[in-house]
Amino acid sequence: MTTTIKPATDVLENKEPKVKGPKASVYKTNQLNLWYGSNHALKNIDLDIKENEVTAIIGPSGCGKSTYIKTLNRMIETIPSVKTSGEIIYRDRNIFGKDYQVEELRTKVGMVFQKPNPFPKSIYDNIAYGPRIHGIKNKKILDEIVEKSLRGAAIWDEVKDRLQENAYGLSGGQQQRICIARCLAIEPDVILMDEPTSALDPISTLKVEELVQDLKKDYSIIIVTHNMQQAARISDKTAFFLNGEVVEYDETDKIFSNPSDSRTEDYISGRFG
Amino acid sequence: MRYINHEDVAVRTKKRLTKNLLLKGVFAAATTFGLIVLAVLLYRIITQGSGYLSLDFFTSFSSRIPENSGIRAAIVGSIYLMLVVAPVSMFLGVGTAIYLEEYATKNKFNDLIKVNISNLAGVPSVVFGLLGLTIFVRYFDLGISILAAGLTMSLLILPIIIVASQEAIRAVPNELRDASFAMGATKWQTILRVVLPASIPGILTGSILALSRAIGETAPLVVIGIPTILMFMPDGLMSTFTALPMQIYDWTKRPQVAFHDVAAAGIIVLMALLIIMNSIAVFIRNKYQKRY
Repeated sequence: MTTTIKPATDVLENKEPKVKGPKASVYKTNQLNLWYGSNHALKNIDLDIKENEVTAIIGPSGCGKSTYIKTLNRMIETIPSVKTSGEIIYRDRNIFGKDYQVEELRTKVGMVFQKPNPFPKSIYDNIAYGPRIHGIKNKKILDEIVEKSLRGAAIWDEVKDRLQENAYGLSGGQQQRICIARCLAIEPDVILMDEPTSALDPISTLKVEELVQDLKKDYSIIIVTHNMQQAARISDKTAFFLNGEVVEYDETDKIFSNPSDSRTEDYISGRFG
Repeated sequence: MRYINHEDVAVRTKKRLTKNLLLKGVFAAATTFGLIVLAVLLYRIITQGSGYLSLDFFTSFSSRIPENSGIRAAIVGSIYLMLVVAPVSMFLGVGTAIYLEEYATKNKFNDLIKVNISNLAGVPSVVFGLLGLTIFVRYFDLGISILAAGLTMSLLILPIIIVASQEAIRAVPNELRDASFAMGATKWQTILRVVLPASIPGILTGSILALSRAIGETAPLVVIGIPTILMFMPDGLMSTFTALPMQIYDWTKRPQVAFHDVAAAGIIVLMALLIIMNSIAVFIRNKYQKRY
Protein backbone atom coordinates (compact mmCIF):
# COMPACT_ATOMS: atom_id res chain seq x y z
CA MET A 1 0.00 0.00 0.00
CA THR A 2 1.32 3.42 -0.78
CA THR A 3 0.36 6.59 0.96
CA THR A 4 0.76 8.78 -2.09
CA ILE A 5 -2.33 10.34 -3.53
CA LYS A 6 -3.39 9.60 -7.03
CA PRO A 7 -3.31 12.46 -9.54
CA ALA A 8 -6.03 14.92 -8.76
CA THR A 9 -8.25 14.17 -11.71
CA ASP A 10 -9.05 10.53 -11.40
CA VAL A 11 -11.07 10.10 -8.26
CA LEU A 12 -14.25 11.81 -9.28
CA GLU A 13 -14.11 10.84 -12.91
CA ASN A 14 -12.94 7.24 -12.80
CA LYS A 15 -15.45 6.09 -10.24
CA GLU A 16 -17.61 3.59 -11.98
CA PRO A 17 -21.34 4.15 -11.83
CA LYS A 18 -22.82 2.16 -8.99
CA VAL A 19 -25.01 -0.67 -10.05
CA LYS A 20 -28.02 -1.57 -8.00
CA GLY A 21 -27.62 -4.61 -5.86
CA PRO A 22 -25.96 -5.60 -2.60
CA LYS A 23 -23.39 -2.99 -1.64
CA ALA A 24 -19.95 -3.97 -0.46
CA SER A 25 -19.06 -3.50 3.21
CA VAL A 26 -16.64 -0.75 4.01
CA TYR A 27 -16.40 -1.37 7.76
CA LYS A 28 -17.17 -4.57 9.60
CA THR A 29 -17.02 -4.29 13.35
CA ASN A 30 -16.83 -7.58 15.23
CA GLN A 31 -17.22 -7.81 19.00
CA LEU A 32 -15.57 -4.46 19.63
CA ASN A 33 -15.02 -3.57 23.27
CA LEU A 34 -13.37 -0.42 24.48
CA TRP A 35 -12.34 0.76 27.92
CA TYR A 36 -11.27 4.18 29.19
CA GLY A 37 -9.21 2.92 32.12
CA SER A 38 -11.78 0.86 33.98
CA ASN A 39 -14.80 2.46 32.32
CA HIS A 40 -16.27 0.03 29.82
CA ALA A 41 -17.40 2.46 27.11
CA LEU A 42 -18.20 0.18 24.16
CA LYS A 43 -19.63 -3.28 24.68
CA ASN A 44 -19.60 -6.05 22.07
CA ILE A 45 -20.30 -3.79 19.12
CA ASP A 46 -21.19 -5.55 15.87
CA LEU A 47 -21.86 -3.30 12.90
CA ASP A 48 -21.62 -3.81 9.17
CA ILE A 49 -21.35 -0.49 7.36
CA LYS A 50 -21.94 -0.41 3.61
CA GLU A 51 -20.17 1.74 1.07
CA ASN A 52 -21.71 4.79 -0.62
CA GLU A 53 -24.28 5.16 2.08
CA VAL A 54 -24.79 7.62 4.86
CA THR A 55 -24.79 5.77 8.16
CA ALA A 56 -26.03 7.79 11.11
CA ILE A 57 -25.15 6.99 14.68
CA ILE A 58 -27.58 8.37 17.22
CA GLY A 59 -27.99 8.07 20.96
CA PRO A 60 -28.01 10.13 24.15
CA SER A 61 -24.87 11.84 25.55
CA GLY A 62 -22.32 9.39 26.86
CA CYS A 63 -23.67 6.43 24.90
CA GLY A 64 -20.34 5.88 23.14
CA LYS A 65 -21.30 7.15 19.68
CA SER A 66 -18.39 9.60 19.45
CA THR A 67 -16.04 7.02 20.94
CA TYR A 68 -17.09 4.54 18.28
CA ILE A 69 -16.57 6.87 15.32
CA LYS A 70 -13.16 7.90 16.67
CA THR A 71 -12.22 4.24 16.91
CA LEU A 72 -12.86 3.82 13.18
CA ASN A 73 -9.80 5.94 12.32
CA ARG A 74 -8.03 5.15 15.60
CA MET A 75 -8.10 8.79 16.69
CA ILE A 76 -9.28 7.42 20.04
CA GLU A 77 -5.71 6.29 20.65
CA THR A 78 -4.65 9.88 21.36
CA ILE A 79 -6.21 9.22 24.78
CA PRO A 80 -3.57 7.22 26.64
CA SER A 81 -5.79 5.10 28.91
CA VAL A 82 -7.80 3.52 26.07
CA LYS A 83 -7.80 -0.25 25.61
CA THR A 84 -9.69 -2.20 22.94
CA SER A 85 -10.54 -5.77 22.08
CA GLY A 86 -12.28 -7.28 19.09
CA GLU A 87 -11.70 -6.21 15.52
CA ILE A 88 -12.72 -3.62 12.98
CA ILE A 89 -12.27 -4.80 9.41
CA TYR A 90 -11.85 -1.94 6.99
CA ARG A 91 -11.88 -3.19 3.40
CA ASP A 92 -10.66 -6.68 4.39
CA ARG A 93 -7.94 -5.58 6.81
CA ASN A 94 -8.13 -5.39 10.59
CA ILE A 95 -7.29 -1.81 11.50
CA PHE A 96 -5.86 -2.98 14.83
CA GLY A 97 -3.43 -5.28 12.98
CA LYS A 98 0.22 -4.82 13.93
CA ASP A 99 1.29 -3.91 10.40
CA TYR A 100 -1.49 -1.36 9.91
CA GLN A 101 0.01 2.13 10.30
CA VAL A 102 -2.52 4.69 11.53
CA GLU A 103 -1.13 7.24 9.07
CA GLU A 104 -2.08 4.94 6.20
CA LEU A 105 -5.56 4.31 7.59
CA ARG A 106 -6.25 8.00 8.19
CA THR A 107 -5.32 8.87 4.62
CA LYS A 108 -8.19 6.65 3.47
CA VAL A 109 -10.57 7.61 6.23
CA GLY A 110 -11.03 11.34 6.62
CA MET A 111 -12.65 13.02 9.59
CA VAL A 112 -14.70 16.15 10.20
CA PHE A 113 -14.90 17.27 13.80
CA GLN A 114 -17.62 18.67 16.00
CA LYS A 115 -16.13 22.15 16.22
CA PRO A 116 -14.80 23.61 12.98
CA ASN A 117 -11.03 23.39 13.35
CA PRO A 118 -9.32 25.02 10.40
CA PHE A 119 -5.62 25.75 10.83
CA PRO A 120 -4.63 29.39 11.44
CA LYS A 121 -3.40 29.48 7.86
CA SER A 122 -4.76 30.70 4.54
CA ILE A 123 -7.73 28.91 2.98
CA TYR A 124 -5.40 27.58 0.30
CA ASP A 125 -2.88 26.23 2.81
CA ASN A 126 -5.65 24.60 4.80
CA ILE A 127 -6.81 22.59 1.82
CA ALA A 128 -3.30 21.89 0.55
CA TYR A 129 -2.21 20.65 3.99
CA GLY A 130 -3.17 17.01 3.44
CA PRO A 131 -1.73 16.68 -0.07
CA ARG A 132 1.46 18.37 1.12
CA ILE A 133 2.04 16.01 4.03
CA HIS A 134 1.61 13.16 1.58
CA GLY A 135 4.37 14.55 -0.57
CA ILE A 136 2.73 16.61 -3.28
CA LYS A 137 4.84 19.69 -4.01
CA ASN A 138 3.86 20.51 -7.58
CA LYS A 139 2.04 23.85 -7.48
CA LYS A 140 -0.19 23.02 -10.44
CA ILE A 141 -1.40 19.78 -8.91
CA LEU A 142 -1.97 21.51 -5.58
CA ASP A 143 -3.97 24.26 -7.27
CA GLU A 144 -6.08 21.63 -8.93
CA ILE A 145 -6.68 19.68 -5.71
CA VAL A 146 -7.61 22.88 -3.86
CA GLU A 147 -10.16 23.89 -6.47
CA LYS A 148 -11.62 20.41 -6.80
CA SER A 149 -11.90 19.97 -3.03
CA LEU A 150 -13.49 23.38 -2.49
CA ARG A 151 -15.96 22.68 -5.30
CA GLY A 152 -16.63 19.29 -3.76
CA ALA A 153 -17.51 20.97 -0.48
CA ALA A 154 -19.72 23.53 -2.28
CA ILE A 155 -17.75 26.51 -1.04
CA TRP A 156 -15.61 27.33 -4.08
CA ASP A 157 -17.78 30.23 -5.25
CA GLU A 158 -17.71 31.82 -1.80
CA VAL A 159 -13.94 31.74 -1.35
CA LYS A 160 -12.35 31.58 -4.80
CA ASP A 161 -11.36 35.25 -4.70
CA ARG A 162 -9.76 35.08 -1.28
CA LEU A 163 -7.85 31.84 -1.16
CA GLN A 164 -4.87 33.54 0.44
CA GLU A 165 -6.89 34.97 3.32
CA ASN A 166 -6.81 33.40 6.76
CA ALA A 167 -9.48 30.76 7.19
CA TYR A 168 -10.29 32.26 10.60
CA GLY A 169 -11.97 35.17 8.85
CA LEU A 170 -14.77 32.90 7.61
CA SER A 171 -18.06 32.25 9.39
CA GLY A 172 -18.49 29.08 11.44
CA GLY A 173 -20.50 27.38 8.73
CA GLN A 174 -17.98 28.27 6.06
CA GLN A 175 -15.16 27.08 8.31
CA GLN A 176 -16.86 23.71 8.68
CA ARG A 177 -17.20 23.37 4.91
CA ILE A 178 -13.50 24.32 4.61
CA CYS A 179 -12.81 21.45 7.00
CA ILE A 180 -14.89 19.14 4.81
CA ALA A 181 -12.98 20.37 1.75
CA ARG A 182 -9.71 19.81 3.61
CA CYS A 183 -10.84 16.26 4.28
CA LEU A 184 -11.77 15.73 0.59
CA ALA A 185 -8.30 16.89 -0.41
CA ILE A 186 -6.72 13.69 0.89
CA GLU A 187 -9.10 11.86 -1.47
CA PRO A 188 -10.49 9.56 1.19
CA ASP A 189 -12.69 6.52 0.76
CA VAL A 190 -14.70 7.11 3.94
CA ILE A 191 -15.60 10.36 5.69
CA LEU A 192 -16.29 10.25 9.40
CA MET A 193 -18.31 13.16 10.76
CA ASP A 194 -18.54 13.70 14.50
CA GLU A 195 -21.58 15.92 15.10
CA PRO A 196 -20.46 18.24 12.29
CA THR A 197 -23.36 20.65 12.62
CA SER A 198 -23.72 20.92 16.39
CA ALA A 199 -21.83 24.24 16.46
CA LEU A 200 -23.59 25.68 13.40
CA ASP A 201 -26.67 27.82 12.81
CA PRO A 202 -29.70 26.30 10.99
CA ILE A 203 -28.82 27.68 7.55
CA SER A 204 -25.23 26.43 7.71
CA THR A 205 -26.55 23.12 9.00
CA LEU A 206 -28.82 22.83 6.00
CA LYS A 207 -25.90 23.47 3.66
CA VAL A 208 -23.79 20.80 5.32
CA GLU A 209 -26.69 18.34 5.18
CA GLU A 210 -27.17 18.98 1.46
CA LEU A 211 -23.47 18.50 1.02
CA VAL A 212 -23.55 15.15 2.80
CA GLN A 213 -26.31 13.98 0.46
CA ASP A 214 -24.20 15.06 -2.46
CA LEU A 215 -20.98 13.47 -1.22
CA LYS A 216 -22.42 10.01 -0.69
CA LYS A 217 -22.22 9.39 -4.45
CA ASP A 218 -18.45 9.21 -4.11
CA TYR A 219 -17.78 8.49 -0.48
CA SER A 220 -19.06 6.34 2.34
CA ILE A 221 -20.14 8.62 5.16
CA ILE A 222 -20.55 7.80 8.82
CA ILE A 223 -22.09 10.61 10.81
CA VAL A 224 -22.63 10.94 14.54
CA THR A 225 -25.49 13.23 15.42
CA HIS A 226 -27.61 13.95 18.43
CA ASN A 227 -30.18 15.56 16.19
CA MET A 228 -32.65 12.81 15.34
CA GLN A 229 -34.37 14.82 12.62
CA GLN A 230 -31.00 15.20 10.97
CA ALA A 231 -30.40 11.46 11.05
CA ALA A 232 -33.87 10.89 9.57
CA ARG A 233 -33.28 13.50 6.85
CA ILE A 234 -29.88 12.48 5.57
CA SER A 235 -29.04 8.88 6.42
CA ASP A 236 -29.72 5.55 4.75
CA LYS A 237 -29.02 3.47 7.82
CA THR A 238 -29.16 4.37 11.46
CA ALA A 239 -27.53 2.76 14.47
CA PHE A 240 -28.97 3.56 17.88
CA PHE A 241 -26.39 3.43 20.68
CA LEU A 242 -27.29 3.25 24.36
CA ASN A 243 -24.86 2.79 27.27
CA GLY A 244 -22.10 1.57 24.98
CA GLU A 245 -24.20 -1.00 23.16
CA VAL A 246 -25.88 -1.05 19.78
CA VAL A 247 -29.57 -1.36 20.53
CA GLU A 248 -30.75 -1.35 16.98
CA TYR A 249 -29.18 -0.97 13.55
CA ASP A 250 -31.37 -0.87 10.47
CA GLU A 251 -32.64 1.13 7.52
CA THR A 252 -33.30 4.68 8.71
CA ASP A 253 -36.91 4.52 7.50
CA LYS A 254 -37.54 1.46 9.61
CA ILE A 255 -35.83 2.84 12.71
CA PHE A 256 -37.92 5.99 12.61
CA SER A 257 -41.25 4.47 11.57
CA ASN A 258 -41.28 1.02 13.06
CA PRO A 259 -38.43 0.35 15.48
CA SER A 260 -38.22 -3.18 16.78
CA ASP A 261 -36.79 -2.30 20.20
CA SER A 262 -38.91 -0.38 22.70
CA ARG A 263 -35.87 1.61 23.89
CA THR A 264 -35.34 2.89 20.35
CA GLU A 265 -38.95 3.93 20.19
CA ASP A 266 -38.68 5.71 23.54
CA TYR A 267 -35.59 7.57 22.39
CA ILE A 268 -36.82 8.68 18.97
CA SER A 269 -40.15 9.75 20.39
CA GLY A 270 -38.28 11.96 22.86
CA ARG A 271 -39.13 10.15 26.05
CA PHE A 272 -35.48 10.30 27.16
CA GLY A 273 -32.08 11.50 25.95
CA MET B 1 -38.15 35.17 55.50
CA ARG B 2 -35.51 37.24 53.74
CA TYR B 3 -31.85 36.87 54.49
CA ILE B 4 -30.59 40.13 53.01
CA ASN B 5 -31.56 43.11 55.17
CA HIS B 6 -31.83 45.88 52.61
CA GLU B 7 -31.80 48.77 55.13
CA ASP B 8 -28.64 47.37 56.59
CA VAL B 9 -27.05 47.08 53.14
CA ALA B 10 -27.16 50.83 52.66
CA VAL B 11 -25.26 51.38 55.92
CA ARG B 12 -22.78 48.62 55.23
CA THR B 13 -22.10 49.75 51.67
CA LYS B 14 -20.30 52.84 52.96
CA LYS B 15 -17.96 50.70 55.07
CA ARG B 16 -17.31 48.35 52.20
CA LEU B 17 -16.47 51.18 49.85
CA THR B 18 -14.09 52.73 52.38
CA LYS B 19 -12.29 49.41 52.74
CA ASN B 20 -12.05 49.15 48.96
CA LEU B 21 -10.57 52.63 48.72
CA LEU B 22 -8.08 51.92 51.51
CA LEU B 23 -6.75 48.78 49.84
CA LYS B 24 -6.54 50.51 46.49
CA GLY B 25 -4.26 53.02 48.21
CA VAL B 26 -2.11 50.28 49.75
CA PHE B 27 -1.58 48.57 46.41
CA ALA B 28 -0.84 51.87 44.67
CA ALA B 29 1.75 52.63 47.37
CA ALA B 30 3.41 49.26 46.77
CA THR B 31 3.67 50.05 43.07
CA THR B 32 4.99 53.56 43.74
CA PHE B 33 7.68 52.23 46.06
CA GLY B 34 9.13 50.04 43.34
CA LEU B 35 8.90 52.80 40.76
CA ILE B 36 10.62 55.35 43.00
CA VAL B 37 13.55 53.04 43.77
CA LEU B 38 13.91 52.32 40.06
CA ALA B 39 13.74 56.00 39.17
CA VAL B 40 16.39 56.95 41.76
CA LEU B 41 18.64 54.19 40.51
CA LEU B 42 18.24 55.25 36.89
CA TYR B 43 18.76 58.91 37.75
CA ARG B 44 21.98 58.19 39.70
CA ILE B 45 23.39 55.96 36.99
CA ILE B 46 22.58 58.33 34.17
CA THR B 47 23.93 61.44 35.91
CA GLN B 48 27.06 59.54 36.96
CA GLY B 49 27.76 57.73 33.77
CA SER B 50 26.59 59.90 30.93
CA GLY B 51 29.78 62.00 31.10
CA TYR B 52 31.85 59.02 30.06
CA LEU B 53 29.59 57.93 27.20
CA SER B 54 31.30 58.80 23.96
CA LEU B 55 32.42 57.05 20.82
CA ASP B 56 35.81 56.45 22.45
CA PHE B 57 34.13 54.58 25.27
CA PHE B 58 32.97 52.00 22.76
CA THR B 59 36.25 51.73 20.86
CA SER B 60 38.80 51.62 23.70
CA PHE B 61 39.93 48.80 25.91
CA SER B 62 39.86 49.09 29.69
CA SER B 63 42.65 51.20 31.15
CA ARG B 64 44.32 52.30 34.37
CA ILE B 65 43.14 55.83 33.63
CA PRO B 66 39.37 56.28 33.97
CA GLU B 67 39.16 58.79 31.09
CA ASN B 68 40.77 56.29 28.67
CA SER B 69 38.69 53.31 29.75
CA GLY B 70 36.31 51.72 27.31
CA ILE B 71 34.20 48.62 26.91
CA ARG B 72 35.31 47.42 23.49
CA ALA B 73 36.53 44.01 24.68
CA ALA B 74 33.51 43.54 26.95
CA ILE B 75 30.92 44.30 24.27
CA VAL B 76 32.59 42.02 21.75
CA GLY B 77 32.94 39.36 24.46
CA SER B 78 29.25 39.60 25.34
CA ILE B 79 28.29 39.28 21.68
CA TYR B 80 30.50 36.21 21.28
CA LEU B 81 28.93 34.78 24.41
CA MET B 82 25.45 35.26 22.94
CA LEU B 83 26.55 33.55 19.73
CA VAL B 84 27.18 30.42 21.79
CA VAL B 85 24.29 30.75 24.24
CA ALA B 86 21.49 31.53 21.76
CA PRO B 87 21.77 28.48 19.47
CA VAL B 88 22.76 26.02 22.21
CA SER B 89 20.10 27.02 24.72
CA MET B 90 17.35 27.41 22.14
CA PHE B 91 18.04 24.09 20.47
CA LEU B 92 18.20 22.20 23.77
CA GLY B 93 15.35 24.15 25.35
CA VAL B 94 12.86 23.98 22.50
CA GLY B 95 13.84 20.37 21.82
CA THR B 96 13.18 19.42 25.43
CA ALA B 97 9.86 21.27 25.44
CA ILE B 98 8.75 19.53 22.24
CA TYR B 99 9.71 16.15 23.63
CA LEU B 100 7.95 16.70 26.97
CA GLU B 101 4.78 18.19 25.49
CA GLU B 102 4.36 16.26 22.25
CA TYR B 103 6.17 12.94 22.47
CA ALA B 104 6.54 11.94 26.12
CA THR B 105 3.72 9.80 27.48
CA LYS B 106 1.95 11.13 30.53
CA ASN B 107 3.33 9.24 33.51
CA LYS B 108 4.68 9.92 37.00
CA PHE B 109 8.30 9.96 35.88
CA ASN B 110 7.70 12.59 33.21
CA ASP B 111 5.63 14.66 35.65
CA LEU B 112 8.61 14.53 38.01
CA ILE B 113 10.89 15.78 35.23
CA LYS B 114 8.53 18.66 34.48
CA VAL B 115 8.34 19.76 38.13
CA ASN B 116 12.10 19.60 38.48
CA ILE B 117 12.73 21.68 35.40
CA SER B 118 10.72 24.45 37.03
CA ASN B 119 12.77 23.93 40.20
CA LEU B 120 16.01 24.23 38.23
CA ALA B 121 14.97 27.72 37.21
CA GLY B 122 15.27 28.67 40.89
CA VAL B 123 18.81 27.32 41.43
CA PRO B 124 21.24 30.20 42.21
CA SER B 125 23.43 31.16 39.28
CA VAL B 126 26.60 30.65 41.38
CA VAL B 127 25.77 26.96 41.50
CA PHE B 128 25.58 26.86 37.71
CA GLY B 129 28.96 28.61 37.68
CA LEU B 130 30.47 25.86 39.85
CA LEU B 131 28.93 23.24 37.58
CA GLY B 132 30.44 24.93 34.54
CA LEU B 133 33.83 25.24 36.21
CA THR B 134 33.87 21.55 37.12
CA ILE B 135 32.46 20.13 33.91
CA PHE B 136 33.31 22.43 31.03
CA VAL B 137 36.45 24.28 32.21
CA ARG B 138 38.17 21.39 34.02
CA TYR B 139 36.70 18.02 32.98
CA PHE B 140 36.29 18.75 29.27
CA ASP B 141 39.35 20.98 29.50
CA LEU B 142 37.80 23.84 27.56
CA GLY B 143 39.70 26.32 29.74
CA ILE B 144 38.46 29.80 30.56
CA SER B 145 36.97 30.19 27.10
CA ILE B 146 33.93 31.66 25.39
CA LEU B 147 32.74 28.12 24.70
CA ALA B 148 32.96 27.04 28.36
CA ALA B 149 31.22 30.18 29.59
CA GLY B 150 28.61 29.99 26.82
CA LEU B 151 27.73 26.39 27.66
CA THR B 152 27.47 27.30 31.35
CA MET B 153 25.18 30.23 30.59
CA SER B 154 23.11 27.97 28.31
CA LEU B 155 22.51 25.58 31.21
CA LEU B 156 21.56 28.52 33.41
CA ILE B 157 18.81 29.80 31.12
CA LEU B 158 17.75 26.39 29.78
CA PRO B 159 14.98 25.91 32.38
CA ILE B 160 13.49 29.32 31.56
CA ILE B 161 13.42 28.54 27.84
CA ILE B 162 11.99 25.06 28.42
CA VAL B 163 9.19 26.34 30.65
CA ALA B 164 8.31 29.24 28.30
CA SER B 165 8.34 26.93 25.26
CA GLN B 166 6.25 24.32 27.06
CA GLU B 167 3.65 26.93 27.86
CA ALA B 168 3.59 28.20 24.27
CA ILE B 169 3.26 24.66 22.91
CA ARG B 170 0.57 23.76 25.43
CA ALA B 171 -1.46 26.81 24.37
CA VAL B 172 -1.90 25.36 20.86
CA PRO B 173 -5.41 23.86 20.88
CA ASN B 174 -5.61 20.09 20.59
CA GLU B 175 -8.26 20.42 17.87
CA LEU B 176 -5.52 21.61 15.52
CA ARG B 177 -3.35 18.58 16.29
CA ASP B 178 -6.36 16.29 15.83
CA ALA B 179 -7.12 17.84 12.45
CA SER B 180 -3.58 17.12 11.34
CA PHE B 181 -3.43 13.57 12.70
CA ALA B 182 -6.82 12.78 11.16
CA MET B 183 -5.35 13.46 7.71
CA GLY B 184 -2.60 10.93 8.25
CA ALA B 185 0.15 13.31 9.36
CA THR B 186 2.91 11.98 11.60
CA LYS B 187 3.80 13.58 14.93
CA TRP B 188 6.76 15.39 13.43
CA GLN B 189 4.77 16.73 10.46
CA THR B 190 2.16 17.98 12.90
CA ILE B 191 4.78 19.63 15.10
CA LEU B 192 6.57 21.25 12.16
CA ARG B 193 3.49 22.46 10.28
CA VAL B 194 0.92 23.13 13.01
CA VAL B 195 2.36 23.28 16.52
CA LEU B 196 5.55 25.25 15.92
CA PRO B 197 4.06 27.92 13.62
CA ALA B 198 1.36 28.55 16.23
CA SER B 199 3.73 28.58 19.20
CA ILE B 200 6.82 30.27 17.75
CA PRO B 201 5.89 33.78 19.01
CA GLY B 202 5.68 32.51 22.59
CA ILE B 203 8.85 30.49 22.21
CA LEU B 204 10.79 33.44 20.79
CA THR B 205 9.51 35.84 23.43
CA GLY B 206 10.54 33.50 26.24
CA SER B 207 13.90 32.80 24.65
CA ILE B 208 14.77 36.46 24.18
CA LEU B 209 13.87 37.24 27.78
CA ALA B 210 16.04 34.33 28.87
CA LEU B 211 18.93 35.54 26.70
CA SER B 212 18.64 39.00 28.19
CA ARG B 213 19.07 37.38 31.58
CA ALA B 214 22.20 35.61 30.34
CA ILE B 215 23.72 38.82 29.05
CA GLY B 216 23.38 40.51 32.45
CA GLU B 217 24.44 37.51 34.56
CA THR B 218 27.77 37.90 36.41
CA ALA B 219 28.10 35.21 39.06
CA PRO B 220 28.78 32.20 36.81
CA LEU B 221 31.46 34.17 34.96
CA VAL B 222 33.15 35.11 38.24
CA VAL B 223 33.16 31.48 39.36
CA ILE B 224 34.57 30.25 36.06
CA GLY B 225 37.33 32.81 36.39
CA ILE B 226 36.75 35.10 33.43
CA PRO B 227 39.37 37.88 33.44
CA THR B 228 38.16 41.44 33.94
CA ILE B 229 40.89 43.30 32.15
CA LEU B 230 41.53 42.20 28.63
CA MET B 231 43.64 44.22 26.24
CA PHE B 232 42.87 42.19 23.12
CA MET B 233 39.83 41.02 21.19
CA PRO B 234 38.69 37.41 21.40
CA ASP B 235 39.58 35.57 18.20
CA GLY B 236 37.48 32.43 18.39
CA LEU B 237 35.35 30.24 20.61
CA MET B 238 38.35 28.88 22.53
CA SER B 239 39.70 32.34 23.23
CA THR B 240 39.41 33.87 26.67
CA PHE B 241 37.24 36.95 26.95
CA THR B 242 35.48 39.35 29.23
CA ALA B 243 31.85 40.39 29.24
CA LEU B 244 29.87 43.54 30.06
CA PRO B 245 28.77 42.62 33.59
CA MET B 246 32.31 41.45 34.45
CA GLN B 247 33.78 44.72 33.25
CA ILE B 248 31.24 46.71 35.26
CA TYR B 249 31.90 44.59 38.33
CA ASP B 250 35.63 45.23 37.99
CA TRP B 251 35.25 48.98 37.67
CA THR B 252 33.03 49.23 40.75
CA LYS B 253 35.69 47.40 42.79
CA ARG B 254 38.41 49.93 41.94
CA PRO B 255 39.36 52.39 44.68
CA GLN B 256 39.34 55.49 42.44
CA VAL B 257 35.93 57.16 42.56
CA ALA B 258 36.16 58.13 38.88
CA PHE B 259 35.99 54.45 37.96
CA HIS B 260 32.60 54.23 39.61
CA ASP B 261 31.35 56.74 37.05
CA VAL B 262 32.90 54.65 34.28
CA ALA B 263 31.02 51.68 35.72
CA ALA B 264 27.80 53.70 35.55
CA ALA B 265 28.48 54.35 31.86
CA GLY B 266 28.93 50.61 31.38
CA ILE B 267 25.64 49.98 33.16
CA ILE B 268 23.87 52.40 30.80
CA VAL B 269 25.19 50.43 27.83
CA LEU B 270 24.12 47.12 29.36
CA MET B 271 20.69 48.50 30.20
CA ALA B 272 20.22 49.87 26.71
CA LEU B 273 21.06 46.42 25.37
CA LEU B 274 18.51 44.80 27.69
CA ILE B 275 15.81 47.30 26.78
CA ILE B 276 16.43 46.65 23.09
CA MET B 277 16.19 42.88 23.57
CA ASN B 278 13.04 43.12 25.67
CA SER B 279 11.47 45.47 23.13
CA ILE B 280 12.12 42.91 20.41
CA ALA B 281 10.37 40.33 22.58
CA VAL B 282 7.35 42.61 23.10
CA PHE B 283 7.30 43.45 19.39
CA ILE B 284 7.25 39.77 18.42
CA ARG B 285 4.53 39.04 20.93
CA ASN B 286 2.31 41.85 19.65
CA LYS B 287 2.95 41.24 15.99
CA TYR B 288 2.18 37.53 16.06
CA GLN B 289 -0.74 37.65 18.46
CA LYS B 290 -2.46 34.29 18.73
CA ARG B 291 -5.09 33.90 16.07
CA TYR B 292 -6.91 30.91 17.41
